Formats: sequence, C-alpha cells, structure tokens
Amino acid sequence: MPDPILQIETVSKVYPGRAGLFGRSAPVEALKGVSLSVGRGESFGLVGESGSGKTTLTRSILRLESPTSGRILFEGQDMATISPAAMRALRARIQIVFQDPYASLNPRMTIQQIICEPMVVHRATLGLSAAQRRDRAAELLTLVGLGPQHLSRHPHEFSGGQRQRIGIARALAPKPDLLLLDEPTSALDVSVQAQVLNLLIELQDRLGLTYFFISHDLAVVRYLCDRVALIHRGTLVEEGPTEAIFEAPASDYARGLIAAAPEIRLPA
Amino acid sequence: MTAPLLEIRDLHLTMRSFHGEAHVLNGVELTVERGQIWGLVGESGCGKSLTGLSISRLVSTPPGRYPSGSIRLEGQELTALPPRAMQALRGKRIGMIFQDPTTNLNPTARIGTQLVDVALAAAAHDPRVLGRDRAPGPFARKAAARKVAVEMLARVGIPDPEARMLSYPHEFSGGMRQRVLIAMALIGRPELLIADEPTTALDVSVQAQILKLLKGMVSDHDIGVILITHNLGVVSETCTHVAVMYAGNVVERGPVGEVLGRPRHPYTRALMAAIPTRGTARGALKGLEGTVPDLVRPPPGCRFAPRCARATADCAAGLPAMRAAGAGHEVACLHPIEEPADA
Repeated sequence: MPDPILQIETVSKVYPGRAGLFGRSAPVEALKGVSLSVGRGESFGLVGESGSGKTTLTRSILRLESPTSGRILFEGQDMATISPAAMRALRARIQIVFQDPYASLNPRMTIQQIICEPMVVHRATLGLSAAQRRDRAAELLTLVGLGPQHLSRHPHEFSGGQRQRIGIARALAPKPDLLLLDEPTSALDVSVQAQVLNLLIELQDRLGLTYFFISHDLAVVRYLCDRVALIHRGTLVEEGPTEAIFEAPASDYARGLIAAAPEIRLPA
Repeated sequence: MTAPLLEIRDLHLTMRSFHGEAHVLNGVELTVERGQIWGLVGESGCGKSLTGLSISRLVSTPPGRYPSGSIRLEGQELTALPPRAMQALRGKRIGMIFQDPTTNLNPTARIGTQLVDVALAAAAHDPRVLGRDRAPGPFARKAAARKVAVEMLARVGIPDPEARMLSYPHEFSGGMRQRVLIAMALIGRPELLIADEPTTALDVSVQAQILKLLKGMVSDHDIGVILITHNLGVVSETCTHVAVMYAGNVVERGPVGEVLGRPRHPYTRALMAAIPTRGTARGALKGLEGTVPDLVRPPPGCRFAPRCARATADCAAGLPAMRAAGAGHEVACLHPIEEPADA
C-alpha cells in the first residue's frame, strides 16, 4: 500500500443518553474501536447501512465530532493535538462533497460565490486575491465540465447532475488532498450518476486525489473503489481490496449484504 | 376471453405550468394481468409516477388535464367514473404504496388506530373485508377491523403484532414503517397494487425483504402489481414484465428476461449501459448525454431522437408505433438494435 494519508486508530464514539422525564436513556455506542488506513491516491470505499456509524466516522474525520477514544491521523499528525492554526490550515486539505445537490448549495448565492467561499475561508492558507479566486472558480468549472459562463448563475438554473458538479468544484477549490464523498450520486438518475462517477475517476487521475467514498450502493463502490471497508453497528466487519471482498466475502454480514443487493440477472 | 385486470390505452395527460401546457403523458399503453409484476422504469420526469397516479386518479385536475385515453379495471372504464365511485375503488380494488414511509403515516396516531381506520373505511364499501357477509353493529365491526389489522401486520412480517398495534410510527424503523404501509394497502384486498419506489429509501437488506414480501403477495392472492422504480436490478429480480418509459411514452415493453436480455430500444440500451455491474471496468461506464426533453415543446416524432445516436430524419416524422420484437416483446423504434446486449 502507498504511504497512508489518513489513519484511523481504534476510534470509539459514545453519545451520552438523553436526560428525559424518567431518567437518562442508555448511551449510544456509535463507533466501537474502528481502525483503518487510507493510502495516498487511492479510492477507499466505506459501506454501511443506516445506523452503522458511517456518518459518525465521516464527521470525526472532518473533526465536526471528536472521538471518545482513539486517534485520527492525517499525514501522521494527530488532528486532536495539533495547534488551532495548524488545524485551520489542515481543514483546507480535507473537503467533502455532500449527498443532496439540491440542499447543499445556497439558492441565494451565485455559482461564483459558492465556489469562492472555501477560498475566502482559507485565504490565509491559499493566499489568493479576489481576482485570482474568480479565475480559479472559472478554471474549476471548466474542470468539472461546466464553463466560466455559469459563474453568475444561481443553483436553481442547473439540473441535479450539474449541481453535483458545482458541489465537486467547490470541494476542489481549496486544493484538497483528501475528498470525502458522502453518497455523491444517490440523489441522481442512473444516466447522470454514470457521468458524475466518470468525472470523479477523471479528476482523481488528473489531480492525484485520495477519495474516501461513503455509500450503501455496492455496485457503485465496486465500480469506483480500490479498497473497501464494511461497517456494521459501529464495528468494522471486513476490509480489503474491492474485488477480494466482493468475490470472496469472509464474514456472514458481508455475504448477506452482497447477496441482498439487486443485480440485473440475464437469462443464459 | 375475460378483460385484463388493467388496460391503459392511449393515455394522454397535460399539465399547466408557467411555461405553457406540458404534454407529460403522450399515449401510454399498458396491460397488466393478474399474477404479473410490471416494472415501470425510466429517468426522473418520464411519467412513471404520473402513470401510477393516473390509474387511481390522484392527479389533480387542474393543473392536469386528460385530453384522451382510457383506463379499464377488469373492463370497467375508470376515466368516466364519478369521484364517489372512484373513492370506493381506491384502497379497495386499487392499493397504493408510496416511496417515503415516514411522511405517509400519521405521527400522532398509533399504528393500530391507523390500520383499523383503513379497515373500517374499506369495510364501508365491502363488508367482506372484515370477514362478514353483511355489516355488523359498530362494536363488532371495530373488533373485526382490529382482528384484520393484527392479521395483516403478522402477514407482512411484523414480530409481535398484537403489541405493535399500540406503537407509534416513530418507534418503528424505516423498513417496518414500509411494511405497515404495505399492510395498509393490502387490507382492502386490492386486485391491483401500485408501488411507487417502495424501497428507494431503504437499506438493501430491508429492500430484499420487502420485495420478497411483494412477490409472495402476488402468488398468494393472485393480484397484479405495478412497481415503479429506477433500479433495473430490482426489476430484474422482482418483476415478471417491464415497461421502459421515456418522456411520457412506453418505448419498450415485454417479459423481463426478454427486454433486459435483448434490449432493442436505444434508450433501454443506454439506461443499462449507465449502471455499474460486476464486470464493469473502472471508467468504462457510459452516461447518457443530454437531458429529458422540454415537454412544453417536445421534439417532433420520437421524443428520444435528439439524444439518440441511431436517429435519422424519418425519426422526426411521427411517433414510432409499437411493433413486435420477440415473444411478447414490443419496441417503439424505427431503428431498433438487433445485436445482442454484450456486442
């Protein structure tokens, strides 16, 4: 495996039970000692059903959530112990593309404002002037298959697939190394999904990005990812090269999940 | 020969919008027999859901308008039926299940109450729903409705149904809520079940259970099902037949193995090429360029022609007629693909 860009070491997260009228409800163990490692430049797939802990893990990587125990290292640095200034710089390098392109773009902002926003937030790290940010926004739009003519438009003028391209351009704006893709195609039609998946592959080849791809769609994970990890009830069930897991799953859970995924079966 | 369970002929629907009148259903034709599960597939905006809603007449008019067309349930014309008679059919002879199980249950009422209400409403039209020939007194009726509700919950695989009658929807998982909706749709013993993306919001393992349940219902009760979905994998594993819709038309239909095994319409072929399967190499997936056409000013002739690589000048001349392409397999295309799918 290439040198790891992201290491997750025995991470656990416990949400305390809520206090109610009749006492406190039981605490929820969302993650139970999850360890995994993502190599630079690879596509890593995290597969899990609802309630499996994949969102908690994603939020922990983004440090929107701090683990109860365990460490998350980005390029060997523990994100919990580095200085706030270093953390700010580091945030530019980990970006996320959200699931719903209809909800994740502010309808009142122009496409230019949307794509420039992360560059404004990270101006100390990136050091781009307003004119440079605009140029970069135009460049990014071209990179994702749109164009500079779209800069002054608003999100409602775009289809779902185009909006997701804008979401990807925004995530690429602060020049990240690691891109978290949270079900980026599940809200899209199959025809559009194929285009967005191919765009992601093309961008990875051109920019050398590392993908952390979160999904419950096994076919999409199989298409895009080099390695895959299965998470179930907060525990990592299985991890390995994608083909190995799909062809010869070791655990009962993986076998059940793969068997349950509907596939087009053609008569011989 | 008896009339088919459902027969849709040349159904047109237009919708008034800010931009003009959109021709959203453009002569839909579909025949469903008992024991068949028809998959209705296509991109968003192709008219799949509107076809389903039109059958139970849940499209409000206006903004909708039906210029022509016929929908027959066992020979009975539904389009001419007065609203009260249609109301009696809904939930009784025609059951519906929608995509989102959360928004279709009342969060403030117990599961049992909601099921009993449905049973009582169905019994008002047909007392046999409660297992009686004639309407009993109010107390006996309620007790009978309760019994039917518990039975139905058990049949859709809810463990401990008697206790679960007292639960509220928020105490149920997504899969269990969808089962409750299926139970609700089946209480009136419908002959035709329309399921609009019933498993899209659910995890794959739960989806597999729900689809198995649906198949079981068809074989046990000899009903007909229309399953609206965009997942061809679901169609392949669940349906007996499939109809592919594009921009308000059925462009290809037939037995599922026939249509998915030898897709003849370029649109069906393109949809299948866009789905990753086990053999798809990284980067080899083919997206479908372009978008569904503007239905206020649809392209003349075949509506798929502007996105089709095989289109010629005569494609714009008129809507291609359905023609036979194999055993029960029909395609509406002037230049159907002859080669097998793998070529």
